[in-house]
Amino acid sequence: MSENPILEVRDLKMHFPVKEGIFMRTGKYNKAVDGVSLKIKPGETLGLVGESGCGKSTLGRCITRLYNPTAGQIRFEGKDITHIRGRELHPYRQNIQMIFQDPMESLNSRHTVGDILQEPFIIHKICDKASRQKRVVELLEIVGLPARSVTRYPFEFSGGQRQRIGIARAIALNPRLIICDEPVSALDVSIQSQILNLLIELQKEFNLSYLFIAHDLAVVKHISDRIAIMYLGKLVGEGEGETIYQNAKHPYTQSLISAIPIPNPHHEVKRQVLSGDVPSPIDPPSGCSFHPRCPRVMDECKVKTPKLIPLKEHAEQDVACLLYT
Amino acid sequence: MPQPLLSVKNLISEFDTDEGRVRAVDDVSFDLAAGETLGIVGESGCGKSVTALSIMRLLPQPMGQIVGGEILLEGEDLIQASLSRMGKIRGNTISMVFQEPMTALNPVHTIGRQITEVPYLHKDISKDEATRQAMEVLDRVGIPSPDMRMGEYPHQLSGGMRQRVVIAIALACKPSILIADEPTTALDVTIQAQILELIKELQNEMGMAVILITHDLGVIAETSDSVVVMYAGRVAEQGTVYDIFDNPSHPYTRGLLSSIPRLDSILKSVLPIIEGMVPGLLDLPKGCRFENRCPYRKDSCAESIPGIESISQSHIVSCFHWRDIESGQVGK
Repeated sequence: MSENPILEVRDLKMHFPVKEGIFMRTGKYNKAVDGVSLKIKPGETLGLVGESGCGKSTLGRCITRLYNPTAGQIRFEGKDITHIRGRELHPYRQNIQMIFQDPMESLNSRHTVGDILQEPFIIHKICDKASRQKRVVELLEIVGLPARSVTRYPFEFSGGQRQRIGIARAIALNPRLIICDEPVSALDVSIQSQILNLLIELQKEFNLSYLFIAHDLAVVKHISDRIAIMYLGKLVGEGEGETIYQNAKHPYTQSLISAIPIPNPHHEVKRQVLSGDVPSPIDPPSGCSFHPRCPRVMDECKVKTPKLIPLKEHAEQDVACLLYT
Repeated sequence: MPQPLLSVKNLISEFDTDEGRVRAVDDVSFDLAAGETLGIVGESGCGKSVTALSIMRLLPQPMGQIVGGEILLEGEDLIQASLSRMGKIRGNTISMVFQEPMTALNPVHTIGRQITEVPYLHKDISKDEATRQAMEVLDRVGIPSPDMRMGEYPHQLSGGMRQRVVIAIALACKPSILIADEPTTALDVTIQAQILELIKELQNEMGMAVILITHDLGVIAETSDSVVVMYAGRVAEQGTVYDIFDNPSHPYTRGLLSSIPRLDSILKSVLPIIEGMVPGLLDLPKGCRFENRCPYRKDSCAESIPGIESISQSHIVSCFHWRDIESGQVGK
């Protein structure tokens, strides 16, 4: 536990202005990320789970500094990178990379695979042309693609292979941390496990840290040391994968886990079906934002906002719920 | 044995593409009994949606054609049915729920109009009566204040609500068969749970049969009575849900079941995988479709297509070597 975290996020907020009316005045804010704190240690995978619109992708993009956060702090290897710009950002861009959900959209369709994989080296002025080309072939080999792929274009590959190209690009500069934003959800079942195996293998080999964002809980559980659950811009629970699955305390986490269909016809379904939809982050409910859907709602939930704190009896998980304060 | 409600026999559907004619569905057969849930599972491009569209006679025209087989609805062959006859069947006897509710709904018409249309067209009733029935079915699928929602447009609803509207449209005439093509794939897990629960409830209430098409084995295990596993346009294996999950016999089914991460799998353990990828429909292997990825492959597999063999009364498989695989005589 004494190991220093590679990434530390403190009370991060990302509020997008919502323009309204004919004068496009900013009336309200979309609070996509609203006070999130988390830590990732070297070589560790933190799984981030939540429903669509809960802000998990936005959080990932804030950490890679594709967005400029509204408030809070992001520390990478102890240094504050929340507001640095331009040239100063370069070394962090090398160290924090991203893998996107749809590899067709995230690869430039007019460039060959060779061009795509050389680009990181060119941008960061890392090595000359010959060693660059050599490195590209190495990268392709690492992700399990033939060396002749360099002259081919992304459309010539299947979804799984394109995701491999995306992964090769992400690891090109030997990063320390990779934000994986739904890296397998667009893939077929039989291809998903190939990519998951590759990610796990790469992590062991290069001591990578992952922030693994996904909505498929079985996938997240398989790859993550710790799991954080996000709801409407806030974390509602965090803990070791096994603890969360066996003994989750937050009512939202419980229903989320019970909603997973189990591929075993003998499994008896004991489901806590949540009513209603995820509310809009522009106008979130008062108090605990989960209270309108919560099966165990109390009066004080409507007025008091719970904080993410370690559970008293179960030190291995953090929960943001008034039931446990 | 009583006559099945729907019986698909040796269905073959083809598409004309720029690169040539492809056979998307090749010799697919299955029966559906009244009140039963049949799951069709497979990866993208395996022909599961084309099978559904063939039953509805909704293949995109003029590229898509049914070139062989029979689709018997209580003995009547739908492939021979006239367009006006199909118009009477669609939405009335067989209904369909599509994957993406935003594209299945018409954005320029109100929800109310889109639902009311169904009973109004199929039954000899007045507009007012149709509106009343539409409101009833909206209420039934769990949409709060249906009278208000009737006047709204699809974009004003959330994804889960839209899928409920699509289901309401499909159920407006109490069909005897509901075909649901990936009804929950575009939805979040908690909403998926709501929708699956809803379909199950309505099924019990109305006694309709459901064909559920999905790639999610968890959804199949939870909802289906019997399962068809499709691969590259053909049926790989078929049986009751217990046959398929307890005793998978086709190497593809085995591979698929062992490759999915489960909640009780060991953290960061290496998942068993199926090597390679699904072949394109334009360059299918000559013999068994799974031959180039199969860990139990023998040279003879590449020469001819395996026939259907019975494992038990309810369980069939299309593999030359299922016996040897089961008894462990051929290993990886």
